[in-house]
Amino acid sequence: MQDHRIRNELLTLAGAGVLFFLLYLSTQYVSDYQIRLLNNAAIFITLAVTYNLINGITGQFSLEPNAFVAIGAYTSALLTLSPAEKEISFIIEPIIWPLSVIQVPFFWSLVAAGIVTAFFGFLMGFPVFRVRGDYLAIVTLGFGEVVRAVANNLQPITNGPLGLKALHNYTNLWWSWGFATITLLFIGRLVASSYGLAMKAVREDEVAAEAMGVNAFRTKLLAFTTSAFFEGVAGGLLAHLITTISPSLFTFFLTFNLLIIIVAGGLGSTTGAVIGALLFSFGGEWLRVVEEPMTVGSLQIPGIPGMRMVVFSIILIFLMIFARNGIMGRREFSWDWLLGRSRLGRLIQGKGR
Amino acid sequence: MDFQLFIQQIINGVSLGALYGLIAVGYTMVYGIIRLINFAHGDIVMMSCYFAFFGFVMFNLPWWGAFLGATALTTLLGVLIDRGAYRPVRNAPRISALITAIGVSFLLENFALVVWGGRPKAFVRPEIFAHVFSLGGVHILSLSIWTPAITILLLLGMLYIIHRTRVGLAMRSVSRDMETTRLMGVNVNRIISLTFALGSAMAAAGGMMWAMKYPQVNPFLGVIPGLKAFVAAVLGGIGNVVGAVVGGFVLGVAEILLVAVAPGLSGYRDAIAFIILIGILVFRPTGIMGQRLPE
Repeated sequence: MQDHRIRNELLTLAGAGVLFFLLYLSTQYVSDYQIRLLNNAAIFITLAVTYNLINGITGQFSLEPNAFVAIGAYTSALLTLSPAEKEISFIIEPIIWPLSVIQVPFFWSLVAAGIVTAFFGFLMGFPVFRVRGDYLAIVTLGFGEVVRAVANNLQPITNGPLGLKALHNYTNLWWSWGFATITLLFIGRLVASSYGLAMKAVREDEVAAEAMGVNAFRTKLLAFTTSAFFEGVAGGLLAHLITTISPSLFTFFLTFNLLIIIVAGGLGSTTGAVIGALLFSFGGEWLRVVEEPMTVGSLQIPGIPGMRMVVFSIILIFLMIFARNGIMGRREFSWDWLLGRSRLGRLIQGKGR
Repeated sequence: MDFQLFIQQIINGVSLGALYGLIAVGYTMVYGIIRLINFAHGDIVMMSCYFAFFGFVMFNLPWWGAFLGATALTTLLGVLIDRGAYRPVRNAPRISALITAIGVSFLLENFALVVWGGRPKAFVRPEIFAHVFSLGGVHILSLSIWTPAITILLLLGMLYIIHRTRVGLAMRSVSRDMETTRLMGVNVNRIISLTFALGSAMAAAGGMMWAMKYPQVNPFLGVIPGLKAFVAAVLGGIGNVVGAVVGGFVLGVAEILLVAVAPGLSGYRDAIAFIILIGILVFRPTGIMGQRLPE
């Protein structure tokens, strides 16, 4: 076992090396549009993996990501803008004092975004986890709406419906994929640890878990706060990728997309969340075909904007009816599995012919 | 705030609350019978408005014709959604059904967006509802009187069906124990379809009055009333039809009064319902009239 573990660590390291080499190649040879897609994919991977931690691994059906992403995006954006830029942006009501003079580097703004969001997640956890099941879904959905109402109305901090514009385009492939990698490694370790086991126990049977000495509430709160941290940072990355944020960006729509991703990938599988996020980011672009004008023979079909979402909704319903386990079910990728299957792997292990 | 203004606000609140209550009945009935939060309920409300709109504009129907036609179509839609999307996942884990419901909700919204476009359409108020009369300095739109009256009437009808008819007995029985009811020879699926039909018909009534109150129709019109009606249903004790209407009235009046007392908070209007919801779930999870603990 021991040598396997070292081998697996090395393989993970090598995998990360290959990934970053590919990213380096992308920065050299790939068009801006594709880089944008890659950035999006990385952010969606981060979001899906952390959303899955609470929904899939801990089994608490929550609809909060849009709230957390919004908090993270606003926190980080308010910290990277220079005082002068903020003064120009806030035309209706001036920004309040400490925020009006602070400016920190991008990295620290992300750290702050994570911490602030985790703090909100921690506070939210207390009322939220007094309820379960579908009530939990509605309460967390409600939090999303409350956060949006606050963003729309608390003008001295959020600039209201106008949002924050002209953010610097700090998020590049290194930031987005670097953070996605960190998230994957961290969440992977967390799920494999005794905390992860406790989370799964809570998912399977809360009463039994309590009987075995798992503090269900604390376990849920841990999952929720961890999710909040990563979703907050991802929000900061997202804000500095699209460079303009406003309350209308963080509607339930964002949560809906993430839900499709983790359901398609397989609720409860981190690997599935990654696959789902990749499929969604790239597949979503291919699906643009259905919105473009088409010519079938002599027939002209005009483009139908919005058609993609109809397709997504139908996919979600079909997944639930016909393929409830998604792509991965609850299985996970592991090096042992991969090597056990491929011929090369068997050779390495000395089991091949 | 002087007395006249106060009365005015109360009337506004009651008529708004009646709408929440009407829509909440559908939520509470479906939840009572199959333990599913029908996320698409608000969008069923939206569809009813479009049906009525096209009844006016395309077929030049008189208002009662358009309204009856729209109610019939909405009822059919509710039954179809149950058969097409919810019945296949009935024995699946409850979360699967909930995700399906979210999918249906998005499907309806985006279907409306694709087919009818995102631009709001003006909804004509029929003469009978558009009439304004003054009573001791208080101006009242006749719609504001009709809304609570119709709500109470429909509620009484619903109570009659639930408590005085055989299908009502079957509905109550299914909500207690689906398996035993099936063993007693009741066609459970038909009873569930009927529940969806009744709930959707109520939603249609609520939807069309909503469209007259804020005279326009757009694909996302159902989202906010849907969410608030859900809050009303929980407030009244979910599964309880009378509670849903009472919850609707309480929520409507509370919302209007809060905005009237503190106009500075009016931007937070939509958030108020959720703050109330969180408060109830934390401090009194059974709602005003409920007995059952939520799971």
